Amino acid sequence: MDTRDVVFIALFAAIVAGLAVFPPITLPVVGVPVTAQSLGVMLAGGILGAVRGGLALVLFLVLVAIGLPLLAGGRGGFGVFLGPSGGFLLGWIVAASAIGFLTERFWNHLNFVVALTICLAGGVVLLYAIGVPWVAAVAEIPIGAALTGSLPFIPGDLLKSLVAAGVIVVVKRSYPIISPRTQPQKLS
Amino acid sequence: MIAFTDVCVEKNGVAILNGITVHLRERRVGIIGRNGSGKSTFARLFNGIETPTRGTVTLDAVRERGALRRHVGFVFQNPDNQIVYPIVSEDLAFGLKNLKLSASETQARIEEVLERFDLVHLRDRFTHRLSGGEKQMIALAGVLVMRPQMIVLDEPTTLLDLWNKRKFMAAIDGLDQHVVVVSHDLELLAHFDRVLHIEDGTIVADGDAASVVAGYVASSRC
Amino acid sequence: MLSDLYVFADSPLHRARPIVKIASLVVLCSSLFIVEGWASVAVAGILVFAGFALAGLAPRHAFVSLRPAFWILAAIFAVQVYLTDVVFAGFVVARFVVLILAAALVTLTTKTSEFVDGILSALRFAPSWVPKARIALAISLCLRFIPLVRTVLGEVREAQRARGLDRNFKAVLVPLVVRILKTADEVSQAIYSRSFD
Repeated sequence: MDTRDVVFIALFAAIVAGLAVFPPITLPVVGVPVTAQSLGVMLAGGILGAVRGGLALVLFLVLVAIGLPLLAGGRGGFGVFLGPSGGFLLGWIVAASAIGFLTERFWNHLNFVVALTICLAGGVVLLYAIGVPWVAAVAEIPIGAALTGSLPFIPGDLLKSLVAAGVIVVVKRSYPIISPRTQPQKLS
Repeated sequence: MIAFTDVCVEKNGVAILNGITVHLRERRVGIIGRNGSGKSTFARLFNGIETPTRGTVTLDAVRERGALRRHVGFVFQNPDNQIVYPIVSEDLAFGLKNLKLSASETQARIEEVLERFDLVHLRDRFTHRLSGGEKQMIALAGVLVMRPQMIVLDEPTTLLDLWNKRKFMAAIDGLDQHVVVVSHDLELLAHFDRVLHIEDGTIVADGDAASVVAGYVASSRC
Repeated sequence: MLSDLYVFADSPLHRARPIVKIASLVVLCSSLFIVEGWASVAVAGILVFAGFALAGLAPRHAFVSLRPAFWILAAIFAVQVYLTDVVFAGFVVARFVVLILAAALVTLTTKTSEFVDGILSALRFAPSWVPKARIALAISLCLRFIPLVRTVLGEVREAQRARGLDRNFKAVLVPLVVRILKTADEVSQAIYSRSFD
């Protein structure tokens, strides 16, 4: 890990923070802001890879925890982790790492469909596999009920996966950062 | 004196610089050339950001990359990419902390540079709130606190308005150090001791400012 | 832009060291799940209420902290009433309220800079394999570049709006990401130039 990697980590944490304000949409019924921040999670993994992507999210969440209002709607502080959806936030670290790992693994065959599958696997299936049981445990409700409650967010997450996959594939062509896992290749 | 001996730089199989040999001991050196001529890569050899694929760069006969970095300061075109800390005083302290200077020495050097360039009022400001001209002055200050022998500036005035450009160049003119400026701004280099014109990775003209700039202007008319 | 979620005052809670506050928060939260029942929630609730009073915080601050979780808590309450009964639903939601307010108490009485200093001074005692300087640099760089990312995002949206593309996420994100990656290269050159290893 050299200085350039530290800069990538810091800048992607800043991108996730910056996406809090883009585009500001609030779901009318549940009142929870839908933002592009989880899109930033997919991009961090798919563009920086497993280690740097995961660390970018660790850094971002540390800054949230210490009280910077970096989550959509100006939220921050320890409270957000202790609320019902804390599992989803911590799940961002795992999701970014998993997406990064898979992107490195399939780098040489990465096209839109592969990238989309990876984003769905890491950014939706895996993320919900962490977030939903967490809600169920802390709210003491059955997993089925927690899952039902999370359904309204699925369409947005599918849309974000489509966008993220498109961006990851274009960035792979124009400004690749990842070196594939299968055949080690020297950067620069 | 900084000496380049048969320096070549290749990136991804493309030659950027081709066998540059030049010795520079003048106090004010300008570098001109069109976009993509290799002049930015050349500038980045001075302090070891870029390393030659072939050939050597030596500063006062020392060839080590660490020595180049220690004694040659670099100012980038865009100060936003150079300022790494949120608060001005923290940013100025960054390089000094890396040199492992004591807190009191760090403090003294920061104060000295701020006072010299009339920047004391910016000390506790957020760096992202500064104007473009102020940012470039802070970027320069962050290099000067490290007391390099030579300062290389890569198109330092491109993003500045006329007023800030004059002010910035006045600051540069007042420096005791050796200064190397890469620029498209010919007026800026008019009184320099020596100007190099780089095209296609080689030095095509080298001499006093008046003749090299005149040749450059003539070559641009097609 | 980085307005802290912090309320200025001088109280024992404001003066306490961040690490002490975080440790107390962790203890309080774990005990709420280990000793499950109305009694523990009540005790913790009284402690948190006393904390708010001691720190001179207004009910408004508590309300603002709870607002983002309001709809989720309402939904959980409804599900619990349906599955169990009102008393248990009330217990689950009350526990969340106490947890969130306890966390808010820490956030509201500690400046971000105190946390950052706390992290940095804790790093001093970390074993030598921990890349302390890099962690400190990453935190500072991120704080430094959040405003820049927002500026770039604004500029890219302006440019794409002129082409009628500003609702097209991909058309906005690709230039943003590529510009930030190029920035990263030059930033690392600048950091190298200033003798950072």
